[in-house]
Amino acid sequence: MPRNRSGGLAALSSTVRRTPPRHFPARKPSPLKRRLVVGVLAAVSLALITGYFRESESGPLHDAQSVASSAMHPFEVGAERIARPFRDAYGWLNDLFNAREENERLKAQIELLTSQAIQNSTAATELKRLEALLDYRGSDTFPGDYDAFGAAVIVDPPSRFEQWIVIAAGSKDGVRENAPVITDEGLVGRVTKVMRDQSRVTLLTDKESAASAYDIRTEAVGVIRHGAGSGDALILDRVPKEERIRRNDVVVTSGRRFGLLPSIYPRNIPIGIVTSVGQTDIDEHQQIQVEPFVDFSSLDSVLVLVRKTPEPDLP
Amino acid sequence: MFADAFKAAVLLFLAVVVQATIMGSISILGGSPDLVLVLLLVIALLRGSIYGALGGFWAGFLLDTAYLGTLGVTSLLLTLAGYWIGRYGETTGRDRAHAPFLSVAVATVLLAAGELALHFLLGERVEARASLVDAMPATLLLNLLLTLPVYALVRRLLAPERALDRAAEIPIVG
Repeated sequence: MPRNRSGGLAALSSTVRRTPPRHFPARKPSPLKRRLVVGVLAAVSLALITGYFRESESGPLHDAQSVASSAMHPFEVGAERIARPFRDAYGWLNDLFNAREENERLKAQIELLTSQAIQNSTAATELKRLEALLDYRGSDTFPGDYDAFGAAVIVDPPSRFEQWIVIAAGSKDGVRENAPVITDEGLVGRVTKVMRDQSRVTLLTDKESAASAYDIRTEAVGVIRHGAGSGDALILDRVPKEERIRRNDVVVTSGRRFGLLPSIYPRNIPIGIVTSVGQTDIDEHQQIQVEPFVDFSSLDSVLVLVRKTPEPDLP
Repeated sequence: MFADAFKAAVLLFLAVVVQATIMGSISILGGSPDLVLVLLLVIALLRGSIYGALGGFWAGFLLDTAYLGTLGVTSLLLTLAGYWIGRYGETTGRDRAHAPFLSVAVATVLLAAGELALHFLLGERVEARASLVDAMPATLLLNLLLTLPVYALVRRLLAPERALDRAAEIPIVG
């Protein structure tokens, strides 16, 4: 019976072919090389951060970013167009799940808008009369002092906690920092960063955003800002307790900040509807929750307002 | 090698475009999937620390550009994440089935913490609870769901280098 010993091969000092590994080859770069690479990249990143912070908006890094973002622009637009049907389908399914609640909300909104339309008609007539009588000058009325142009939304808010979007309009289109941004439904936010072809718009639902606003029915003025909880709910803050705010009251921009300083937002841009009013003994102001008219989760295009007259100086 | 590097760069570019235009708007249970991070970690795991670091820098630069953010912030974080996971792959993790999932889970949490710390250091307003508690479970779950298909795709696209297989021949001394 033949013996099958593999030891003979070893004695001949021959080579044996090992079965190639199935996994990926574990070729390791030298420690010096890889440390050098990561060190250089980290140093470049830190240099970018430092340089970006120290330079002005027209500095070379901002310019480079502007050029790079312009180069990415067509890809973003293309991807957005490809994804649009899927996003619409997702939105449709989402709406379907929320249809009942949405239906009730829309019914209430129709009733509100109907009565609001009548009020608006009356208010417009009254306004004309007052303007004629008091030589009222609507220095920030829309559209008198503003030009408006449309811009597509190309980047949605990155997360619930970073409430800003990027729009396909920049300095070459005449967009300026702090320009108000609206839709046909109401106030969206303001431009906070301007590049050549694109701009960043910080939404009203961002924690950094605030606008002076007033209740149309009572004319009580407050500050509209993001609520403490999650979602798109806003609160109308700093309204004294003696003001009789009611549910379903409509809130619009006041066009002025506290004091008599002009706001960056024009007057009478719709913001939302009051959903609840509360008071506590320890708080000197009311707790007023406002549901915005704008659906911030599905912004496709917006209107950017550009003031015809010089911008007001912000202190 | 250069072909693989080019493929990885293109993949990351496409991932950034998809992330900026599509993924960012998907919100499930308060979280959003991070395709760029998952893709970067898979590349780093399969290709090592240098690929991870370079890919992280490239992806971070593109993300900062797409979001018009501060240049360098995301690059720094993703460079370190890619390098670290690359080292994990080079040393122990590459052939383990759980390695991609473990890498994605750990890196998702650490990246969120790193982002928070860096933005805090830069003087920006941050909310630890919002990013580390409220959104984290859903983001983690979505990233883990993305891991398997992304891993399969990248493994297919970045095939093993045949030349290196020949090096498996060893002499046996008698």
